[in-house]
Amino acid sequence: MNTPLLEMRSISKTFPGVKALNDVSFRVAQGEIHCLVGENGAGKSTLMKILSGVYPHGDYTGDILFGGEIQRFQNISDSKRVGIAIIYQELALIPEMTVYENIFLGNEIRKGALIDWNETIVRANEMLKTVRLSVNPSTKIKDLGVGKQQLVEIAKALSRDIKLLILDEPTAALNEDDSENLLELLRGLRNQGVTCIMISHKLREVIAIADSVTVLRDGQTICTLDAHQGEVSEQVLIKHMVGRAIDNIYPPRTAHEFGDVVLEVKDWSAYSPALGRAVLRNIDFHVRRGEIVGFAGLMGSGRTELALSIFGNSTGYQITGDLFVKGQKRTFAQPRQAIDAGIAYVTEDRKGNGLILIQDVKENITLANLRAIARQSVIDVNAEIKVANEYKTSLNIKTPSVEQRVGNLSGGNQQKVALGKWLFVQPDVLILDEPTRGIDVGAKYEIYTFMNRLVEQGMSIIMISSELPEILGMSDRVYIVSGGRLAGELAIADATQEKIMQLATS
Amino acid sequence: MAVENLQSVPQRESFLNNLQRVLRENLREYGMYIALFAIMLIFTITTNGTFISPRNLSNLLNQTGYIGVLAVGMTLVIVIRHIDLSVGFLAGFLGAVAAIALSSWGLPVYLVIPLVLVLGTVAGLVTAFPVAQLGIPSFVASLAGWLIYRGFLQQVTEGTGTIIITDTTFNAIGNAFIPDIPGFGIFPEVHKLTLLLGITAIGLFIANEINDRRKKIAYNFDVLSIEIMVLKLVFVSIVIGGITWVLANYNGISWTVVIMLAVVAVYHFMTTQTVLGRQIYAVGGNPDAAELSGISVKRTIYLVFASMGALSALSGILFASRLTSASTTAGTLFELDAIAAAYVGGVSAAGGVGRVTGSIIGALVMTSLINGMNLMGVGISYQYIVRGAVLAAAVIFDVYTRRVRR
Repeated sequence: MNTPLLEMRSISKTFPGVKALNDVSFRVAQGEIHCLVGENGAGKSTLMKILSGVYPHGDYTGDILFGGEIQRFQNISDSKRVGIAIIYQELALIPEMTVYENIFLGNEIRKGALIDWNETIVRANEMLKTVRLSVNPSTKIKDLGVGKQQLVEIAKALSRDIKLLILDEPTAALNEDDSENLLELLRGLRNQGVTCIMISHKLREVIAIADSVTVLRDGQTICTLDAHQGEVSEQVLIKHMVGRAIDNIYPPRTAHEFGDVVLEVKDWSAYSPALGRAVLRNIDFHVRRGEIVGFAGLMGSGRTELALSIFGNSTGYQITGDLFVKGQKRTFAQPRQAIDAGIAYVTEDRKGNGLILIQDVKENITLANLRAIARQSVIDVNAEIKVANEYKTSLNIKTPSVEQRVGNLSGGNQQKVALGKWLFVQPDVLILDEPTRGIDVGAKYEIYTFMNRLVEQGMSIIMISSELPEILGMSDRVYIVSGGRLAGELAIADATQEKIMQLATS
Repeated sequence: MAVENLQSVPQRESFLNNLQRVLRENLREYGMYIALFAIMLIFTITTNGTFISPRNLSNLLNQTGYIGVLAVGMTLVIVIRHIDLSVGFLAGFLGAVAAIALSSWGLPVYLVIPLVLVLGTVAGLVTAFPVAQLGIPSFVASLAGWLIYRGFLQQVTEGTGTIIITDTTFNAIGNAFIPDIPGFGIFPEVHKLTLLLGITAIGLFIANEINDRRKKIAYNFDVLSIEIMVLKLVFVSIVIGGITWVLANYNGISWTVVIMLAVVAVYHFMTTQTVLGRQIYAVGGNPDAAELSGISVKRTIYLVFASMGALSALSGILFASRLTSASTTAGTLFELDAIAAAYVGGVSAAGGVGRVTGSIIGALVMTSLINGMNLMGVGISYQYIVRGAVLAAAVIFDVYTRRVRR
């Protein structure tokens, strides 16, 4: 191999109380797509933050060689200057600005002291063509779907002269089509000579696209595999990531009988005054005790809207239809009533509306059920710590203490906190919206195991998921939602990825 | 929640290292107290001790009262990511209402005070209405209130100008001191009830800390090492004892201080120990997550603004009582002083962060600056500049320490 484009040598980085990276070495060859995989908390994001200058030189030990020269980045602009662009999981676009304004934000095309808007639009169109996105550059970002926003973000990166593109879980929020598009685009960029580092939890994508794969575990480099030597398979990667082989990523569930119907929805329609259109139309479904019911569909098909409309309708839809909980007809004006009726909802967006990141683990876990740890409205903090510690142990939440801020935890552990919060309300029906989005294989397996345990104890689970293998691996029955309607229902024995996709795109 | 950052303490850690670590981990928390102490020390030196004299200290605490109670309410408003600009003139207007009710209508003081507090609560709910119901930014809604209450205040004082209050009970709130225990010949020069209250406060504090520690140990939680614990108890006892002794050597504790301490105690308890407090901080930390956790964001907004209104009324009462009159300009800029005090005290504009105890210390810092510089004869123009600099420094320190801890 000739001189690598990037070489990071024995990088170590310590946070108060945690060694995040320990002597990590990482080489990326010119013109390859190099995937970085590892469990949450393995150190992938930290490594990329060091590379992009978020953690300045001196904050870590070790050397970064880029293009054969030692680099000492003090901030992000230093790394940009040598041609490194990073795209984070959370997109950094400004919703109220147009596509072309965003693409050239911070890199404006000037004519004298003024911005040359005409030239900007022309150039933006070129960039959009490069990323194969056909939208009007005057569209506002907020009017684009997540998949298209992702492409705009890449166009923005490409608008500068870049040598290395870093993508942090680019497909985490994308559906299968958009993901496939994105991967195709990355292949195209590789052919044009752009080197790319991609962090991903989706191992099938990694296998599909990577030239080489580096596995990190617990802040250390475990190995770098060359995809062209045929070393990379899902099994091999998982083995390296968790240090053990997971033969089946969906744990087996002991067969059990389902009980009575606990939740039933009839002719359920919702109209959103904010959007000015119907978001749900004539939906009928039911869930039995002890059952995991999968809700499959594309992004934006209305699954989250369905969950929110049942769970106290905090979004303010105008709803028609009937809701029955344990045989009784109910209407909920706010989430509190739904919670009291035995329904819990773990959101798809744990950072946005799931957790309070600036508060600690215990405060988050008890938030939805403060009554249980209070006497006459006065909180018993000691009881609270005890409860939180119980969930910390039973859900295996990796945190130094329950007084750790949730914002400091990794994605998988945050998800476990969110799960703990809703288990503490002891619901009959647990709605999980994308329960494993953006979390690693090990934590996924743990969450699946909890789900099995919960339904064996008689809880019912509604699982909304965009990952078809997950739907097929975990559900007892599958509903497919498309365009705000129920497109179909499949018994798990009859369900296949093809059938589901066919209904979802109908 | 946790007052101290309790981490497991390795056995071999020496006392000094241990102390250093505890201080470092709680730098943000203790920083304010240290700053207040430093400011008081500087003024004591520059005024040759006049600043710390019983008379001045008593005066200083009384001056803090009407801004202090506003700062407490404002803390919660800022915690839930809002602001209330109307509180200054609302306080001024309600002070005038109290004055008119006492002087012109001849209502008894025991009726006037609850009446004014209820009016304040209603005013708070009125400000909250467009914010909670229609999603109007509180800056705009309360700016409208600022104008309206300013108009109301001028309207009611237009005819008469300054309204003099003659009710002695009412005026006692801002000017008089709690009575002494009669009948003892010993310590004639010392205010014995004040001393007794001070000793009780120290006793309660120590008992509470010991009790808390015992409970924590029973639950197998980490606690401060015994030496640090003793040091903390001794330090706090000296501070409370010292202030009590100085006040007892003058006229004792004033009613204003009693009211202010009661407000702080109630709000501190409410914010740190109750479900309601937790809900307020949850709404501030992430309103969407709070709503989906079954907490009504609307209800929280109404409650917090209602409390702000009631405290504005209280502030108006304290101010009118202190001046024994209501004037056309009463309450001018109180809202900004209260907001400054809250920020000095460590609240975060991003929401979800801030303590009422911090804000009251912030109010004390700001009042100490005014008081101390007045004693030194510093010109008013320089006073504003210094206060601005201290506000900026406090917020920078706050942001910095927050970042370091992360």
